[in-house]
Amino acid sequence: MATTERNFVQKVWDFFCSLKLTIFLLISLALTSVIGTILPQGPLPPEYVAEISPIKLQIYTKLGFFDMYHSWWFIALLYIFSINLISCSIKRLPHVFKFITEPTTILGESLRNSFSLKKELAISASVEAGRDKLAEFLAKEFATPVVNEHNGEYHLFAQKNAWCRLGVYVVHLSILVIFVGAIIGSLFGFKGFVTIVEGSSVSSIESRNGQQIPLGFDLRCDQFNVTFYNTGSPKEFKSILTVLENGQPVKDYTNVRVVVNDPLTYKGFTFYQSSYGQATEGGEHFFTATRRSGGAPEQFALSEGGVATFKDGTTFKLLETTPEVRQFMPDFSGPAARIEVTFKGKSPQTFIVLKNYPEINAQRNDELTFNYLGSNAKMYTGLQVAKDPGVWVVWLGCALMVAGIFIAFFMSHKRVWVIVSKGHIRMYANANKNQAAFQMQFDTLADKFTNLKI
Amino acid sequence: MTSSILFNVTTIAYMASMVVFFAYLASKNKTLGLTGSIIAYVGLIIQTAAIALRWKESYDMGVGHAPLSNLYESVVFFSWTIILIFAFIDIKYKYRVVGAFVVPFALLGMTWAQLGLNTGIEPLVPALQSNWLLYHVVTCFLGYAAFAVACGISIMYLIKAKHEEGGSASPGGLMAMFPPIRILDDLNYRAIMIGFPLLTLGIITGAAWANYAWGTYWSWDPKETWSLIVWFIYAAFLHARFTRGWVGKRAAWLSIIGFAATIFCYLGVNLFLSGLHSYGNSKM
Ligand code: HEM
Repeated sequence: MATTERNFVQKVWDFFCSLKLTIFLLISLALTSVIGTILPQGPLPPEYVAEISPIKLQIYTKLGFFDMYHSWWFIALLYIFSINLISCSIKRLPHVFKFITEPTTILGESLRNSFSLKKELAISASVEAGRDKLAEFLAKEFATPVVNEHNGEYHLFAQKNAWCRLGVYVVHLSILVIFVGAIIGSLFGFKGFVTIVEGSSVSSIESRNGQQIPLGFDLRCDQFNVTFYNTGSPKEFKSILTVLENGQPVKDYTNVRVVVNDPLTYKGFTFYQSSYGQATEGGEHFFTATRRSGGAPEQFALSEGGVATFKDGTTFKLLETTPEVRQFMPDFSGPAARIEVTFKGKSPQTFIVLKNYPEINAQRNDELTFNYLGSNAKMYTGLQVAKDPGVWVVWLGCALMVAGIFIAFFMSHKRVWVIVSKGHIRMYANANKNQAAFQMQFDTLADKFTNLKI
Repeated sequence: MTSSILFNVTTIAYMASMVVFFAYLASKNKTLGLTGSIIAYVGLIIQTAAIALRWKESYDMGVGHAPLSNLYESVVFFSWTIILIFAFIDIKYKYRVVGAFVVPFALLGMTWAQLGLNTGIEPLVPALQSNWLLYHVVTCFLGYAAFAVACGISIMYLIKAKHEEGGSASPGGLMAMFPPIRILDDLNYRAIMIGFPLLTLGIITGAAWANYAWGTYWSWDPKETWSLIVWFIYAAFLHARFTRGWVGKRAAWLSIIGFAATIFCYLGVNLFLSGLHSYGNSKM
């Protein structure tokens, strides 16, 4: 009974230590990750729901495909991955330590044949003299050797960079460190969003799961600005922000320029420029209507979606406005409004009136010419907000990973054995990586070795 | 002299290099092999000058930025890195035939870029106005290029292995030009040993940039996820070497699949999937 239990435990242990499992996991993670790049993730767009068959929708939802990187089975894969990594290390690390701290200092007969790097030298001096001379030689040319006597021969062993065998374990540890950082972030950090209308301030933000999170200070948007290239593509989105403590601006956090790729961080919260728009509340847009037949221009104000009706029955509907038309019409700049005008007895026509180009508005030659005077609407800035106390742990893990990979790939553990016997000396060498590069180093060493007069 | 003329010369150089390499394969004339390499290096130097010139031209236009900002510029840069990594492996290991299987990738890139893509210099949208763009793109593409070289070598491996299985190890044939499969296997591994750390750095610089610009180092955006998929595949490749039954042919296939995934990550994601990285998409 006890032995079968032991057998079972042993089997489970072997399963989690196996490198075949590693390959299986890496390939499974690669394959399953594809799903989330094809299917929409998070809240589903209604067009998608309308398109997909209800059965599929149900199955995919059950399987967590619409939030697959947080689904139980993907997380389970990552857990098994971590267990695999940890058990594999537990199993191998003691051997590696032993390998480093208790190297094979005496080279047995059978081992000697397995070396491709070797060199022999005939000597006339005594074994002891040869030993001393070689110990001095190795210390000078390679590394200080340990000397052992074995069956009347002297075995000298010298090594370099033994610790670099730990490189892979640093890589593996780094993966776990990154996981820890990610977990800290998901437990103690949050992501959120806030919009601030020019001239106003906020004291809390809304997190992604809908919670209101107090900031502990106020953040005011002094101004928001967009600029465009001549081609119409955006050049800069800029918010001017001020941090307020007890209503007072904080030094060094007053009138801070925040643009994409240049956020503002205060007390662990970081604010990123993310979107913008025109505040709808209170925003009025001003127009004039001029009769072709003459007379003073008639001025009127509307908010977006509003309708004005003129004495002759013409209706005017304000569809939308923009403070900068360049992104839609690269040849023009400044504010513009899209309007729908219905002359009495005619069908509605939709067109754009520009603030800075009244002559173009006039070219329409309608009975009424409309001009846009601009608006008192304020802009709002949309800021992404994040707090992630785990991020430094993640960067630590990344640094460890880069260092570990560098050590594992580009450094090698080099070992040299020298056996001094009566009448001759034999030298053997080996490197665990990059044997070709080590070969050259060995050749230089072997040249000097064969020139020794002992 | 404009950069676009120099890019055309580069394309012609790579074309010539490929033809000479093929002639080398057919004739086994050593001088041809050397000529093929030299033409590729000349192409590399011209292309380097062209990229520098385009960089300067963008400043002259008043929209100065590194030439890494749209699809055209990235494909050109990709070709450049492929020849660079090829030069490194060629000089270090001296197996000239590898050129016949690697230069075509660079030529393909240059031809497509010159004929099929919009070559205009465009101003940078706000999302790309960051020094991280340079670090991120350079490391990623050097990694991709090493994987391209590894893929070429793996194709050679499979051809040679198939040939040897067929039993016709005739000493004088085309196959005699190929390095022994043991060497090809090793070269494949070495190319991936160059690519893997670079891809790792590319993913990390991308994460650092995302964190700096958006406050999230990882958001499972399709491009990010695909780079991770590529990383998983090559990690599997590295571990395959320690597992019996996964060396040789399977490793060569993993390397080819890895490069296919790399290309999908680079181009497929932009063409078929949507996300933060679509070049030219003026998302903030
Ligand atoms: C379940 C997870 C993993 C396990 C159990 C595992 C296990 C191992 C083992 C046993 C070795 C061989 C060490 C040796 O004898 O030299 C190794 C090597 C290595 N592992 Fe992992 N590994 C895992 C995941 C990863 C991942 C995700 C990476 C990604 C960076 C990685 C990177 C490496 C590297 C770079 C080497 C050295 C390969 C070489 O020298 O060619 N490992 N791993």
